[in-house]
Amino acid sequence: MSTAALASRKGGPRTEGSAVDTDHRGSPLVLRGVTKAYGDQRVVAGIDLTLRRGECFTLLGPNGAGKTTTLRCALGLTAPGGGTIRLAGLPVPERAREARMRVGIVPQIDNLDPDFTCAENLMVYGRYFGLRDAEIAARIPELLAFAGLEGRHEARIQTLSGGMKRRLTLARALVNRPELLVLDEPTTGLDPQARHLIWDRLKQLIRSGTTVLLTTHFMDEAERLSDRLAILDGGRILTEGAPRELIATHIEPQVVEVYGDWNEGSSALGVETWAARHAAALSQRHEVSGETAFCYVTHPAPLLAHLATQHGLRYLHRPANLEDVFLKLTGRELRD
Amino acid sequence: MTLGHWHPPQLSLRFVPVWRRHFLVWRKLALPSVLGNLADPVIYLFGLGFGIGALLPEIAGVPYITFLAAGMVCYSTMNSASFESLYSSFSRMHVQRTWEAIMNTPLELDDVLVGELVWSASKALLAGSAILLVVTAIGFTETRYALWVIPVIVLVGLAFAALGLVITALAPSYDFFMYYFTLFVTPMTLMSGVFFPVEQLPAALQTLTALLPLTHAVALVRPLLLGTIPGDILVHTAVLLAYIVIPFWLATALTRRRLLK
Repeated sequence: MSTAALASRKGGPRTEGSAVDTDHRGSPLVLRGVTKAYGDQRVVAGIDLTLRRGECFTLLGPNGAGKTTTLRCALGLTAPGGGTIRLAGLPVPERAREARMRVGIVPQIDNLDPDFTCAENLMVYGRYFGLRDAEIAARIPELLAFAGLEGRHEARIQTLSGGMKRRLTLARALVNRPELLVLDEPTTGLDPQARHLIWDRLKQLIRSGTTVLLTTHFMDEAERLSDRLAILDGGRILTEGAPRELIATHIEPQVVEVYGDWNEGSSALGVETWAARHAAALSQRHEVSGETAFCYVTHPAPLLAHLATQHGLRYLHRPANLEDVFLKLTGRELRD
Repeated sequence: MTLGHWHPPQLSLRFVPVWRRHFLVWRKLALPSVLGNLADPVIYLFGLGFGIGALLPEIAGVPYITFLAAGMVCYSTMNSASFESLYSSFSRMHVQRTWEAIMNTPLELDDVLVGELVWSASKALLAGSAILLVVTAIGFTETRYALWVIPVIVLVGLAFAALGLVITALAPSYDFFMYYFTLFVTPMTLMSGVFFPVEQLPAALQTLTALLPLTHAVALVRPLLLGTIPGDILVHTAVLLAYIVIPFWLATALTRRRLLK
């Protein structure tokens, strides 16, 4: 089964290493100074964003950062308070309806039709795009195959697992061969096996030239899938770039997480006391969160040598990752 | 609510795929649905028509069951449109998020709402016509103008669908619909000439009655089923049309406020 057939024909397959289209005039989505407020609360506080054709772009942010509201504005599902939006080259919200003709949307909460079979869900959804029944019917087998639901034409939605429903929702979003696929937290609530299968399908689509915009609060998802990502908080983009680039720009390359009990002489002292006495001298930057001290270092040797002589302390030495960048920029306090 | 929500509903044929979706669901459950639609008004018709009818002299020159037949056509149409535009539309909007799925395609909320309006009226047309068929087949009515009842059923269906959508736009949960039935639908049913002539009511109540959509529905359907041309056709039709246009506009604005924020 060819994935190229599922995605837009306009994008064309992307070859290994070839740059995505950087010509902004052909951008599937451009946001300029987009704002949205509910009463006094500014949920989106001035977002600028230009998607490149053929890339996977991720909006990464904690709950309440404004990810979903930004998407709703971009898709013309709510009017922004200010700013300009162009989706598939058309002004939004004025011509959002036409623009959505060329966009596929996977919502955060499943909204498959529970009264219908898998095939009926695809048929009915295709009709909303003005597609002819014969055209949709011809496409249903390949869409179900893409979703890993071969031979389940007649299966009722209630009989599907959470992962199957997500995959069917993804396949449904492809019924109109979209140029741009928008996914709002596509793997929230799925088990690891189901998440990997969704990632695998998304990678297939990206390889075949579909532009993908997704929101997530999973670091591994953002790091695995995206060419570029933006970290959002408080309705603003804090930083934007390729995952590796962001790690290199914002954070020291290595992290040593120190935890356990620190004993000096006969007195049992905590990690916090150890950090207060030694961390500043041995690392460029450190943070204590709960029972763990995070030490960010370029040259870890002196720190590791010191730790080897400390009784009771344990540590984990690892390369810096996106989560470190994320927590540095958005803070460690709980979001509810 | 901003003024932006108040522009007129956009009417277009884009609602057709939405209507077809509802039709496909209905087709799967058609038999119980049709039986349900028919059973309730037919039971009322025979129960009250023969039971109470046996105790009564003729009303307006006809047996009570003949008098009641027109009322039951309107009652059945109203109920069908109301249940669909309240419980079923609310399920699609709030519980199943079907509207959200549709709005992610090149359709808009207005298209969804026109789809709901026309679909509820379609089910009401089926329900009203079924009773019409029963009462004409049994011979309770004059058949001369009976077919003219059908366009009235369409208007009544659209009016109660539009009213239902206003309530749905405001409803936090299914329980809310009970207020609509107990405070509006049930008293209206008793006051609009369905079971007894409006003239039986005190004069003050009759003025109130003249404002209710069901009164005007009955005022058109009863003469048609007795084989005469109704008086004040234009007035009754205009009131029913107003009960379509104004509530639908209001429902559209309220639903925009609810969902497009």
